[in-house]
Amino acid sequence: MDLAMLLQLLDSSVRLATPLLLACLAGLFSERAGIFDIGLEGKILVSAFFSAAVAAFTGSVWIGLLAGIGSSIVFALLHGLASITFRGNQLISGVAINFLASGMTVVLGDSWFQIGGRTPQLEGHARFQNLTLPFAEQVRDVPVLGAIYHDLLSGHSILVYVGFLLVPLTWWVLFRTRFGLRLRAVGENPAAVDTAGISVVRMRYTAVIICGVLCGIAGAYLATGLSAGFVREMSAGRGFIALAALIFSKWRPWYALMACFLFGLLDATGSLFQNIHVAGISVPVQFMQALPYILTVVILAGFVGKAIPPRAGGEPYVKER
Amino acid sequence: MDKMPRWADIVLIPFINLLLALVVSGLVVLYIGESPWEAMKIMVRGSVGSPYGWGYTLFYATNFIFTGLGVAVAFHAKMFNIGGEGQAALGGLGVAMVCLLIPWPHWSIALLAAVIGAAAFGAAWAAIPAYLQAKRGSHIVITTIMFNFIASALLVYLLVNVFRVPGSMAPETARFAEAARLPNGYDIAPWLGFSRSTPLNVSFLLAIAACVFVWLLIWKTRLGYEIRAYGHSQTGAVYAGINPVRIIMISMLISGGLSGMMAINGVMGEAERLVIDPVQGAGFVGIAVALMGRSHPVGVFLAALLFGMLYQGGAELEFEMPAVSREMLLVIQALVILFTGALDNMVRMPVERLFLSLRKGS
Repeated sequence: MDLAMLLQLLDSSVRLATPLLLACLAGLFSERAGIFDIGLEGKILVSAFFSAAVAAFTGSVWIGLLAGIGSSIVFALLHGLASITFRGNQLISGVAINFLASGMTVVLGDSWFQIGGRTPQLEGHARFQNLTLPFAEQVRDVPVLGAIYHDLLSGHSILVYVGFLLVPLTWWVLFRTRFGLRLRAVGENPAAVDTAGISVVRMRYTAVIICGVLCGIAGAYLATGLSAGFVREMSAGRGFIALAALIFSKWRPWYALMACFLFGLLDATGSLFQNIHVAGISVPVQFMQALPYILTVVILAGFVGKAIPPRAGGEPYVKER
Repeated sequence: MDKMPRWADIVLIPFINLLLALVVSGLVVLYIGESPWEAMKIMVRGSVGSPYGWGYTLFYATNFIFTGLGVAVAFHAKMFNIGGEGQAALGGLGVAMVCLLIPWPHWSIALLAAVIGAAAFGAAWAAIPAYLQAKRGSHIVITTIMFNFIASALLVYLLVNVFRVPGSMAPETARFAEAARLPNGYDIAPWLGFSRSTPLNVSFLLAIAACVFVWLLIWKTRLGYEIRAYGHSQTGAVYAGINPVRIIMISMLISGGLSGMMAINGVMGEAERLVIDPVQGAGFVGIAVALMGRSHPVGVFLAALLFGMLYQGGAELEFEMPAVSREMLLVIQALVILFTGALDNMVRMPVERLFLSLRKGS
């Protein structure tokens, strides 16, 4: 494998890791606040649909992005309503949200565009264009470093950079601000937060809304950045891989970046090379696809360092017992 | 004293939940520009208005009874088994291997073997998440989700590379032998008017038997008592000498086995071969069915029948009302799960208050 090919592989890993990363950080905020979210998949899907549909109607990808984020927030609030206000089962609510998204997007898409649940092909300003970072063309011929800068770092859509910048931001918010401390406390010991005079309900709703915003960006990137339009079920399990990455990273932002990049790399390897030969054995492509899930089960099993979720995760908070 | 009478808990609240789900679905249909009332009529007529419709309705219901019972048994032990989809897919693999490897002389013996194959494979696929939950504390919801994806990848691999008929492009196994063909509704009861090609088959009776089995197990055996006790209070159960590892393992194995048996209906009874994605979401419908049926076999049976009607009626709806796509089913299903499962308290709290105030008044 030469440098150009390696760069191509890494470049496509970055692209494929971005929606995972955004969704993973979304889950990070929610689960750190004690709200389990297996509905990441549904929120990505609904945002992908609304961002593509609105971008197709208005011709502006930015309005599309806002619509996508908005729809994802609505779904997030539904999850909040079920799991915070009505103290329902958060897992069941997540399952419902996933189904609602996969049904609703096709039903509405079919009714709006009548092309089998897809949206029209997006072009021009209705899509996120790839940015060229400054001096990318000039340094292109510098050996190795120039190629890395031009081929790998430059030439992505703005949402990719947003995704990667969100990692240090998330770390800073969660571990260096008062808000972050409270958010994590709500996920570990809500009663203590309540005693300190902070509203558990408000903290949890805030976390759920942040989760909605990030899933919204992930979905919009999928439909208007990575591809040019919405197709049914286009999230294709990414929400669950993001969930896997979240567990893999043990609910920490920097590890989340590494986990998502690893899963993106697996995805890119699987699509660039149909058959991979390791030590004379040909590895089936289905194995590569299943690898993120297998790795997550191994991590969950606790054989390679134990993944311990936030202590109050999944439990509705009842003020008076 | 209970906050409300028992009938309100098992009849009234599910009914209100269902009604809310249907009303919201009706609003979606209205938004698309079709009449919800008309849609409802088409669905009812299409699902139970003819022997043809009944054949499909009961065929779908059979799937949902098995997966619903699977989820329900796990629910009794406070385990949320989302892995029905993967367990049923593996059950399909078990059925296919039993039917392809051994030339059975008669369908009844083949069915018996298929039950064992399907249940064993389904249970085996549930065994690893169950073991990890029992011994290592890994969250069963997450592991069963992961196992659904692993199962689907495994099945694609096996169908493409191992079981595919040589020379054929289609990723599916060979057709099962004619002797192993299960009698369908027409063969058993031709006087009921089922057509010769109705998918309804003898597995439906097996599903009813499974309902009875689960009822006996949960409410009439010592094991069932232990499962319920463990689901009710884990610390209490441990104090009473119930071994939690044993309960988790057994309840999940039964749950996976029941989900796996779903494949007998689709793989052996209808398709007579194993194709890609033999489950078609029935594993997830099982969650809705178990929630609606309050994890009781009778409730599961009725809820499965309802979802069978929805699935068959939905197919007719797509045919007669092209503006409403088949995915409307997913919307209804999602709303049923949402209202009966996650938003249950939204209905329960006001109803409880109502009954309390009524009692005070009298």
